[in-house]
Amino acid sequence: MPSSLTQGDSLLAVDIGGANTRAVLFDVVEGEYRFLASSSAPSTAEAPFKDVSEGARNAIASLQTITGRTMLDAERRVITPIQADGSGVDIFVSTLSAGPALKTVIVGLLSDVSLESARRLAETTYTRIVDSIGINDHRKPDVQIDALMRLQPDIVIITGGTDGGASRSIHKMLEPVGLSGYLLNPEKRPAVLFAGNQKLDDEIKELLGGVTSALRFSPNVRPSLETEDLEPAARELAELYLGVRKRQLKGVDVLETWAGGNVLPTAYAEGRMLRFLGKVYSGSRGGILGVDIGSSAAVIAASFKEKTTLGVYPHFGLGENLPALLQYTSLEDILRWSSLDVSTGVLRDYLFQKSLFPSTIPATKEEQSLSQAVTRQALYLAMQTAKRDFPRSVRKAKPGLLPFFEPILVGGGALGDSPTAGQGLLLLLDSIQPVGVSTIILDRNNLLPLLGAASVRNSLLPVQILESGAFQSLGTVVSVIASANVGALVVRARLTYDNGTETLADVKFGNLEVLPLPAGESGKLTLQPQRGANVGFGPGRGGTVPVSGGSMGVVIDGRGRPLVLSEDAGRRQESIKKWLWTVGG
Amino acid sequence: MTLAPVHHILPLTTIVRERVLPVKGNVLVRLSQKVVPSDIVAEATWAREHIFLDVARTLNISADAADKLIHCQTGDKIPAGATIAAGRGFLPKTVKSPREGRVVAAGGGQVLIESGESHMELRAGIPGLITQIIPDRGVVIQTTGALIQGVWGNGRVDTGVMINLADKPDSELTVSRMDVSMRGSIIVAGEVKQADALQAAADLPVRGLILGSLFPSLLPIAREMRFPIILTDSFGVLPMNSAAYRLITTNAKREATINAEFFDRYSGARPEVIIPLPVTSDPPPPRDVDVFAPGQTVRLRRQPAAGLIGTIVSLHVGLAAFPSGLRAEAAEVKLENGEQLLIPLVNLEVVG
Repeated sequence: MPSSLTQGDSLLAVDIGGANTRAVLFDVVEGEYRFLASSSAPSTAEAPFKDVSEGARNAIASLQTITGRTMLDAERRVITPIQADGSGVDIFVSTLSAGPALKTVIVGLLSDVSLESARRLAETTYTRIVDSIGINDHRKPDVQIDALMRLQPDIVIITGGTDGGASRSIHKMLEPVGLSGYLLNPEKRPAVLFAGNQKLDDEIKELLGGVTSALRFSPNVRPSLETEDLEPAARELAELYLGVRKRQLKGVDVLETWAGGNVLPTAYAEGRMLRFLGKVYSGSRGGILGVDIGSSAAVIAASFKEKTTLGVYPHFGLGENLPALLQYTSLEDILRWSSLDVSTGVLRDYLFQKSLFPSTIPATKEEQSLSQAVTRQALYLAMQTAKRDFPRSVRKAKPGLLPFFEPILVGGGALGDSPTAGQGLLLLLDSIQPVGVSTIILDRNNLLPLLGAASVRNSLLPVQILESGAFQSLGTVVSVIASANVGALVVRARLTYDNGTETLADVKFGNLEVLPLPAGESGKLTLQPQRGANVGFGPGRGGTVPVSGGSMGVVIDGRGRPLVLSEDAGRRQESIKKWLWTVGG
Repeated sequence: MTLAPVHHILPLTTIVRERVLPVKGNVLVRLSQKVVPSDIVAEATWAREHIFLDVARTLNISADAADKLIHCQTGDKIPAGATIAAGRGFLPKTVKSPREGRVVAAGGGQVLIESGESHMELRAGIPGLITQIIPDRGVVIQTTGALIQGVWGNGRVDTGVMINLADKPDSELTVSRMDVSMRGSIIVAGEVKQADALQAAADLPVRGLILGSLFPSLLPIAREMRFPIILTDSFGVLPMNSAAYRLITTNAKREATINAEFFDRYSGARPEVIIPLPVTSDPPPPRDVDVFAPGQTVRLRRQPAAGLIGTIVSLHVGLAAFPSGLRAEAAEVKLENGEQLLIPLVNLEVVG
């Protein structure tokens, strides 16, 4: 039996988000780890508190009230390990996403090789790329120096050179970084990650060691031209991120002390968990998808057999950055998702107003409709951005569509807090547009990143929690790839329940069908696509798949992929209302 | 117990503000000195640009060899066209500085020169007393008066006499409302919907605009204005909240300072209007944190009554359901028009 079980370690995990801080308690019940309770409190990274540990204390205090268990001492410090009187917890871990995205400069050689790897690496955490310096950058070194002085990046990521390959060109790239670091006040100097030609590590230390706030090295992200391995560098970048945050945000050091150094960026912890799940569950047909959107960022993690990708997009976050969304999309494109007839002016005002008060929530139907339209478009854009980096070898039913994902895990305030399960599911189907058969699992308590952080200290806990039913299954979704006239039959479906009874459905193009299958139950779903439609078995090919139930049962999405909405606003709004009604309003 | 954000709209309070340079510089005032908003309290100078001369690469020699040929060292002042290094031979190549400047680094066969000057003057921004000197960085200033915080500012600071053009909290500022008698004043209005109103204010020119709201499409123009613009409430079409409106309009014709600094939720910097008022003893400073409780005056941040002021009648027990379908902690709020609404606590801020 693993030591953790014999010791019965209790684990308190806290996630510090941009708007909310959540505390979650896990403990052993009847020999297995269980998710016991969660609580939340407003995050306190911002003024007047300016101390993230305050929000953590408040969330833990609330958890104490819920569980009746003492976890904070008289000075409001986390009690570890567990005491003789039963107070405290054995292990504390934390994840962090609060704070503005880190200004990041990427440096590399070729724009489509090492700079691309640097960009992908930067996107594994909460960064905003403000400049890139490459071999094809025609600016003079002094112009680059002045740019770096003006931008004052928090982080510089340097890649380039295959192991044992070119070094002279990299030296040239380093000059502006070193000289600007030399000229900047010590407290303004960037933290630097070198993830290039490993042969240069010693020289880099000599060149940059004295002119950066921190200097870390990782194995080369491009050990050869054909190979990319971001994972070790992403781990170093996560460390670097926390180092910068410790300087920027008070209280991160307190969390680190409580956690014995075990604090991770939330997205990195989520990616870690997806990687683990990918190894255990992903099949040959596709991968596992994790989707999370909240105030700080949209996070898309995808795990395939050969690779896990993690994309963190602060510019698609739903908090203070909201007006910047308009740099990537138009008001009209956002409004296409709204079931209400709303003017672009009203939407623009909404985006700017919400950015002033990111933690506020929609109280009226109109604002909820706007909020969901914005979330749909932000998540749609995040997904479109993330899929650029999926491995090319992963099978897709059709070019341009997503690979097959089973299951899809959904978290984040905007998705987890949907008023109804149906609304949350429809939002996901519209923005992600999965294909084929997928189980949709809702991480209502945002456990996934916390389990990723916990796995560092206790590898058994995440496995048992995942299998304990702490996640809510929304059900099984069948997304049909089809092109037909609205109303034409695209799939015949038969759901056979375990007790032998059956439900039949004729799914017409442009419609959704919901077949009830409660959580905890299972059945067999037989699908017969019509007119060359594809449900994942190939065009026109049918089959039977085992399906598990959930709060939404089995949902067959016959709207086609990619989802094309009517150009006519009235007709489109009617369709959206109909789809909403189908999934329970 | 739910913590409440506090939005300051106070008729009389003690205001303490830190004013610091973004880079090291010189502090020009002394402790206990009285300052007016336009006083320069600190200044800093830094290089406008840098000149990077790669001597070794230009002369095609090693870095060590280049170092021996470089004529200057760190700290040297260099005139434009000065020879930095000259090669050897019959027709030697030379490396010259294209502009005058100061050598900030020399070595490894390279020379880095800083050239030109950017100068920054940090003004007091508010009238008051210097209560602390932050060496090389700035000062802390204390004053007393009315304080009205805003939600957005365009980064400018100025002082002037307030002229109220807002007959009502939603009065629109239009070109026709402004005339030459308002030159050098701070204008108070409810909303701005047209760019020409901002341009007319700039043409007068005014010393500042205090507005309830502004069309988001006008933000790029507002950012470019050389006078301060502060929004008390929001973007779009939203009247000035009644608490700010009452306080500002009752102090019309008084001198006020607009410090329209950018809202930084992490540092706590917020745009604000300060109306200095004489006192016999220092009033209490504003509270930055509160806990929601019945009887508090609150401002609603979102629909259905965004920007309106009300009083918490009671805190809802448990989670309340809203027309949006969401459930959240909430309070019953009685608005000034007598209407009573159930509002999520996260959509409220305490006024005080």
